Amino acid sequence: MKRAVALVVIVVVVIAGVFAWKSTHQGYLPVDPKNASAPPNPTTQVIQRGEYLARAGDCVACHTEPTGKLFAGGRAMATPFGAIYVPNITPDDETGIGLWTADDFYRMMHTGLSRDGTLLYPAMPFAQYTKVTRADCDAIFAYLQSLAPVKQKNKPHELRFPFNKRELLLGWRTLYFKEGEYQNDPAQSAQWNRGAYLVEGLGHCTMCHTAINALGGSKESKEFEGGMIPNQNWYAPSLTSNREGGLGDWSLKDIGDLLQVGISMRATVYGPMAEVTYNSLQYMTDEDTAAMAVYLKSLPKKDAEPPPTDAAKLVQPAVMERGRQVYEKQCVMCHHSEGRGYPPEFPPLAGNPSITMATPVNPIRIVLNGGYPPGTRKNPRPHGMPPFAHILNDDEVAAVVTYIRVAWKNAGTPVQAAQVSDLRKLLPE
Amino acid sequence: MRVRHLACALLLIAAPAFAADEDAVPRITDVTTIEARVQGCVTCHGQQGQGTDNGYFPRIAGKPAGYLYNQLVAFRDGTRRYAPMNYLVAYLPDSYLKEMAQFYARQRPPFAPKEAPKGDAALIERGKAIVTAGDGAKQLPACVACHGAGLTGMEPGVPGLVGLRPTYVAAQLTRWRTGERRAADPDCMKRIAMRLTERDVAAVAAYMALQDPPKDASPEAANFVRMPMACGSQR
Repeated sequence: MKRAVALVVIVVVVIAGVFAWKSTHQGYLPVDPKNASAPPNPTTQVIQRGEYLARAGDCVACHTEPTGKLFAGGRAMATPFGAIYVPNITPDDETGIGLWTADDFYRMMHTGLSRDGTLLYPAMPFAQYTKVTRADCDAIFAYLQSLAPVKQKNKPHELRFPFNKRELLLGWRTLYFKEGEYQNDPAQSAQWNRGAYLVEGLGHCTMCHTAINALGGSKESKEFEGGMIPNQNWYAPSLTSNREGGLGDWSLKDIGDLLQVGISMRATVYGPMAEVTYNSLQYMTDEDTAAMAVYLKSLPKKDAEPPPTDAAKLVQPAVMERGRQVYEKQCVMCHHSEGRGYPPEFPPLAGNPSITMATPVNPIRIVLNGGYPPGTRKNPRPHGMPPFAHILNDDEVAAVVTYIRVAWKNAGTPVQAAQVSDLRKLLPE
Repeated sequence: MRVRHLACALLLIAAPAFAADEDAVPRITDVTTIEARVQGCVTCHGQQGQGTDNGYFPRIAGKPAGYLYNQLVAFRDGTRRYAPMNYLVAYLPDSYLKEMAQFYARQRPPFAPKEAPKGDAALIERGKAIVTAGDGAKQLPACVACHGAGLTGMEPGVPGLVGLRPTYVAAQLTRWRTGERRAADPDCMKRIAMRLTERDVAAVAAYMALQDPPKDASPEAANFVRMPMACGSQR
């Protein structure tokens, strides 16, 4: 029944999308040959700026295989709809973007249309990259063109029906895509606007930090309210709630450190966010990091859900005692008996929103699999947490995670052994 | 400010998993030390890399730094696959992995007590033959020809095998045989493992488990002996 409804919705949306598309994009394709591109002779400064911006956009994370050649693509991205193979964006004439013009590249970034008019899947964050200015797109393009070309053919995607039909994307675009460069908010400072430009555009933070629905879209009204990352089974916390990753009461330095250094006096990045810091944010200048912090701290405070009731927070005394025993034995050494940690090297657990947020997925996974924050330019030798999956059983993990979620005035809720059992079956990643 | 007294707290973690004297806990009074940084490794490999009572987690103490570094890089880049390790080191830079490798290469903790031998006398005899003499008919060099007379390995890239538990040795040899584990070309271990039968794997693992560790568990110097096969890891 649900599927039938979804199908009807999809069909209606596609028809609406095609109609909307035709009415607004008459004669958009093919590229107008009279619209000549700027000659391809950018300065060193432009190319270096492009490299910096490409890092801000974290292009490398998807467009390079772990042991592959830089930007040669080929990496399989698991999505709920099947595997998407990321394309080669080296300047190879035959298999890459060697014959693209700056216009082609800008149109792709700005509208999500490839050079040949193909609609891109939103795994490419064009809904965010549309906010990037023409000058910045040109710089990124100049940088990519300056790299060594790699001849490596793109692999076809392996998406299930109906998601392998690109016409569907017209519907997706109607619902979730708003074309347009970032517009400065004159009521805000230049620093705030710079931060907003980076966070909303190249940073494409909303890709993870906004919940994704069954159609692979995210609602603007829910922006930055947090969401599960499909296929990775990590929870990207809300950046608006003070109870999750909400940054309202954080200092600007701690926000900036978390992004750029990977550790801070308040919390540490692990999992998918460690990747973002490692490949992208560690290379941001202090000025840009500070700007992003200013913008993130200013996000309006709103919570998707009300705080947990006292009844929901109730923990059986036996569970609490068991959790305390595990904590004393295994955790105290680095996290301190009062949960204060030894920050920034060993993060605090008391008052740490990553521990208490509504879904306990992240703390459970960290207890099971441990984790190392990324090695960054400002913290090249991070401190690690060991795995406990082979030492603690499901009841013990549930008890200790429950303990750290409610001890020391933490306002979390208890977790169940079944939740631990489910997460134990996943491969660490 | 950065000096913090963790020593007392450290004792608490040491007690449950290991006999207290086996696992000499480093006196960490400073979170900036390498001992504090590698706490991410200790629940599987022990405080000094001596291993734990879990047979699948190897002793890493005293293995040549070059070998340990090659493994850490391979885990990070996914060319050696074991999800818990791949995840842990995914975002660590070369220089830090090298430092970790050098730290564990320096450690000389005591060896765990030997496990009771598994397998009959004929199996042990076959294992002894492969380890100490090789098998001419199969063009199989002796393990000791590269891994050292005391099986303590050779600098810079040949691992020590002494102190590894039979489950780990058998599991790794099987991975080499199936092509799941690889090393730099020319991959000598691949060529050797392909010449082993399943019984040979069990024999080697069983015989090695019976050997007493040498007094000095240090690896032999680089190119101490001329190796019978070309190995990419030694270049």
